[in-house]
Amino acid sequence: MIEAIGLTKQYGSKRAVDDLSFTVQPGLVTGFLGPNGSGKSTTMRLILGLDAPTAGTVTVAGRRYRDFPAPLHEVGALLEARSLHPGRTAYRHLLALAQTHGIPRSRVDELVDLVGLHDVANKRAGKFSLGMGQRLGIAVALLGDPQTLLLDEPVNGLDPEGIHWIRTLLRGLAAEGRTVFISSHLMSEMALTADHLIVIGRGHLVADMSVTDFLATASGQLVRVRAPRATELAALLSDPAVHVTSDGTGSLEVSGLSSDQIGEIAAANGIALHELTPLRASLEEAFMDFTREDVEYKPQVHA
Amino acid sequence: MSSVDRPGVTQLRVARSEWTKLCSLRSTRWSLLAAALLTIGFPLIFASVVEAHWGRMSPSEQANRQPLDIALVGVNISQLAIGVLGVLLITAEYSTGMIRATLSAVPKRLPVLWAKIAVYAAVTFGLALLSVLVAFFGSQAILNSKHILQIGLGDPDVIRSVLGAAAFLVLIGIFAMALGAIVRNTAGGIATFALILFVIPPLLNVLPPTWNQAISTYLPDSAGRAMFALSHGANELSPAGGLAVFAGTTACLVGIAALLLVRRDS
Repeated sequence: MIEAIGLTKQYGSKRAVDDLSFTVQPGLVTGFLGPNGSGKSTTMRLILGLDAPTAGTVTVAGRRYRDFPAPLHEVGALLEARSLHPGRTAYRHLLALAQTHGIPRSRVDELVDLVGLHDVANKRAGKFSLGMGQRLGIAVALLGDPQTLLLDEPVNGLDPEGIHWIRTLLRGLAAEGRTVFISSHLMSEMALTADHLIVIGRGHLVADMSVTDFLATASGQLVRVRAPRATELAALLSDPAVHVTSDGTGSLEVSGLSSDQIGEIAAANGIALHELTPLRASLEEAFMDFTREDVEYKPQVHA
Repeated sequence: MSSVDRPGVTQLRVARSEWTKLCSLRSTRWSLLAAALLTIGFPLIFASVVEAHWGRMSPSEQANRQPLDIALVGVNISQLAIGVLGVLLITAEYSTGMIRATLSAVPKRLPVLWAKIAVYAAVTFGLALLSVLVAFFGSQAILNSKHILQIGLGDPDVIRSVLGAAAFLVLIGIFAMALGAIVRNTAGGIATFALILFVIPPLLNVLPPTWNQAISTYLPDSAGRAMFALSHGANELSPAGGLAVFAGTTACLVGIAALLLVRRDS
């Protein structure tokens, strides 16, 4: 279990994490979702004690990371930023980290096989592709057979086969009762892997709920309407709680009304409809909806 | 050996890990080899030149040639290789991102600094002592062909100078590591090291001589050099004094590095 209470991190004038409180439960895959620059990686660094929080606390299984006598046996971490010397072979990299805990060579060999790096274990890690580097990072995380896994953007650079592999691996680890906390900026990936979501934007908590609830709550229903007299219909639907966008070619997107209600209004006014389609909010849209106000680098749109 | 079975981080385990790290980089092996070759090579070249020109030297020139100076001349150059590698062993952790993995495994942090210093000090001591001895016997053998400038390890101060030279290189390495840990940047660390060891001493010559003397005697360069110089002028530190001053300076820097390592985000 990971528990953050009022976690805050200030870098100079920039508040990267702002009064963040959440709990990550064991036995589930918890997705940590947020746009780039929203504070995910900073939160990961705070959990690992690499950075000290400006305020608040974060603990794993009730203890600060720094207080673990054998941290690799408690928490396995894969950080987004590359954390290895490119001149060292994958095997030596793993061995050096294993030795800090007296983890035997046999465990290193086991992991090299498990993550599929057997053929390249004695190659220098700097020559690795992004995907191979990612597998090595996952091997490091699993080295101490920890109860808690902390993976920052684990599918980055993996091919479809690799993505499937890690998804299966993570679900398996959670099923064994471990705490699995993975960050991503890709909602679609999270929907396939995670059970629970913690969403942040600009350093503060936006949502903390199950994936199912998230999708149900996010983004009110959207309905696409095509009608020859679209402009007239748009005027009839007009209401403060209703939002209508028109593409100018007879097609409208309406939020705030169900397709039933729109159909009734159209029929009552004798307007013919060529299409009336309820659009389910896509995962990406739901995510963007939730974090729209919190995106740090918004593209400037000029009409 | 029950501690072997108990899981967890111990100072000895961290030292073993740092040993693996040190040995597993090609660049480190090359730097150490270069340091050894410089320590050995320059005395051999120097001895050959003296041996070849001995007949044409005036008696006063001949009197100025000290066999121990010849044997230890390489230390002046190899200190650069040892220093640069010392800086690099720390700063490369930061520039590559390895530090995140290192400190995730050892979140108390200080054991990493102690282990790095201990491992590098042990390696430089062994390597420096071996190469200084090879340089000593090698240069003596070359000079022996003309039966000139012969001394033995048992002669007064010779063993002290040889050990002093090896200890000097060890301290140079630790000094550089501490600088690297404070600066955390390869270019900055190497520049600071070169500034303190090679740039500031000659610059002090513009000061009035008494001031210059008062300051430069205690700088790592001259204090360290006093550890392996055969003769000591009235204004120079004794070998023990030089060791004390240089070791003290180094210990202070290591202390600052330790404090910053614990305090700073990484």
